[in-house]
Amino acid sequence: MNVMMLLEMGSQAMGERTGIQCGDDRWTIGELFAGAGRVASHFRGAGVEHAAILDVSSPAVPLALFGAGWAGLPFVPLNYRLTGDELDALIERITPALLVTDDQRAEQLRGRDGIQVVTREEFLGIARGTGEVPDPDWQMDPEEIAILLFTSGTTGVPKAAVLRHKHMVSYILGSVEFMGSDDADAVLVSVPPYHVAGMAALMSSLYAGRRIVQLPNFDAAEWLRLAEKEAITNAFVVPTMLSRIIDELEASGASSPSALRSLAYGGGKMPLPVIDRAMRQFTETDFTNAYGLTETSSTIAVLGPDDHRAAAAADSPEARKRLASAGRPLPSIEVEIRDEAGKALPPGQRGEIHVRGEQVSGEYVGRGSLLIEGGWFPTNDGGYLDEEGYLFIDGRIDDVIVRGGENLSPGEIEDVLHEHADVADCAVVGIPDEQWGEGVGAVIVRKSGSEVTAEDLQGWVKEHLRSSRAPQRLEFWDELPYNETGKLLRRKVKADLGES
Amino acid sequence: MAALKAGSRLKSGVCDTQVMVIAAPDGDLDLTCGGAAMVDAAADAPGGDVDPSHKNGTQIGKRYVNEAGDLELLCTKPGEGSLAVGGDALTLKEAKALPSSD
Repeated sequence: MNVMMLLEMGSQAMGERTGIQCGDDRWTIGELFAGAGRVASHFRGAGVEHAAILDVSSPAVPLALFGAGWAGLPFVPLNYRLTGDELDALIERITPALLVTDDQRAEQLRGRDGIQVVTREEFLGIARGTGEVPDPDWQMDPEEIAILLFTSGTTGVPKAAVLRHKHMVSYILGSVEFMGSDDADAVLVSVPPYHVAGMAALMSSLYAGRRIVQLPNFDAAEWLRLAEKEAITNAFVVPTMLSRIIDELEASGASSPSALRSLAYGGGKMPLPVIDRAMRQFTETDFTNAYGLTETSSTIAVLGPDDHRAAAAADSPEARKRLASAGRPLPSIEVEIRDEAGKALPPGQRGEIHVRGEQVSGEYVGRGSLLIEGGWFPTNDGGYLDEEGYLFIDGRIDDVIVRGGENLSPGEIEDVLHEHADVADCAVVGIPDEQWGEGVGAVIVRKSGSEVTAEDLQGWVKEHLRSSRAPQRLEFWDELPYNETGKLLRRKVKADLGES
Repeated sequence: MAALKAGSRLKSGVCDTQVMVIAAPDGDLDLTCGGAAMVDAAADAPGGDVDPSHKNGTQIGKRYVNEAGDLELLCTKPGEGSLAVGGDALTLKEAKALPSSD
């Protein structure tokens, strides 16, 4: 197996279709295939062990991704928001490497030991060039590494997740129908290449035959403009992006993009009020919530359009709550909730989410496979399944607050706070407590004009949950810190709580 | 032919069909396309005619399975012949309709 095979099939059956466009730069699927072959030759000639990119989205990303697969090298998309020591440390971990980057960084990085720098323009030139396209001679060993993806490091030093060809190919075959898209379909990709959703979007769209329109630097107004101009039918956004898009729509009074049929979201917990507003703004659009991890080659559970409509229209609180769930596992994925002793738990009980399936890697460079007996991957995410198999995510197990021996889930408390009419956003974290070891701290972003007090909200939590879950310290902030892919920076909340 | 390995590529001896092995049971399998034995994708095709009783064709991007469900092939290049194991035709695996999530 090799991800190149996916592009080869696309090139054979839909070679004339536009595969990708970024600004004025357009590539058909056939041109991407030939370009991948030319850059593969270049990679081979370079004598390196990794093919890396340190750049915003452009056609260079899929070319490097597939070209690396062709040449038998792991592809490493690096986070271009990193600078200085953080970035140097990651680069050191992948030498000897060929690195594609922008002009400015190329200047800074040229001459480093073990790094061959190629600018984006040079790289696109090689791909577009007159070089011969090699025979399709890529390795088909499913165990070869397709992608090394550094995790965001919100909880420590970034780990390099290993995604082998078998994981990525299994994910695509299990979730995308070959040539399943109409000729006119187009997807707007605004997630960065160093995020697993960015990788998955490229592969699944090229396999489905859906034109990819890249938006390198997310901006809500630009997203809406491009969506209209390019007749975008599909898009994926992280929660913070969706929130800004709705703000922009509400502020401008414009209508939602007319061709947009399907809007998927994921990459972080979506606050219920945001999705509620989104469904009111995008009346003609189907919503899909995708839950997944880097270590699972992207999506493992989806809350589909019908689920969204059913939950939004439901009367029972149980059914309505599903709007905040991650939906049900993909048919190719098994999910179990287990307690600390590893025992599987029945519906309704909270524990650690375990997953199993062909696309699940659960492996990091230098740490080996974290899969346990039977091939299960403990995700370190806490959650539960309801009676009908809907998966609810509480957040990272590491974030669980241990108060006097009792485990409190921040997600559970946040859900209750979000239901309060005056709460726009919130975060619950553990805080040091002399008596209990840890206590509950909360940061609230009030809706504009609200004068709700800490006592009101403490009372609200007590009323809906047990009193031990009521935040003992509660602060009001103007906004919460998120990273650019929508992940709440809990460490920062924890550090800053009590400082203001 | 010899045992099949997941990830390996095969081609028809008598038509354009190419497949990738997604899953295969242990042991030797008599895998044919167009009525003739399939060969390694890198090998020379012996050539010949497609057996009319094995001429329903293969479709690119479709997955084919045996009745036991332990053999699964992905068609990576379409052709005139149809796939069979031990003379029994492989069947199309139903595509699962999933909402687009990325």
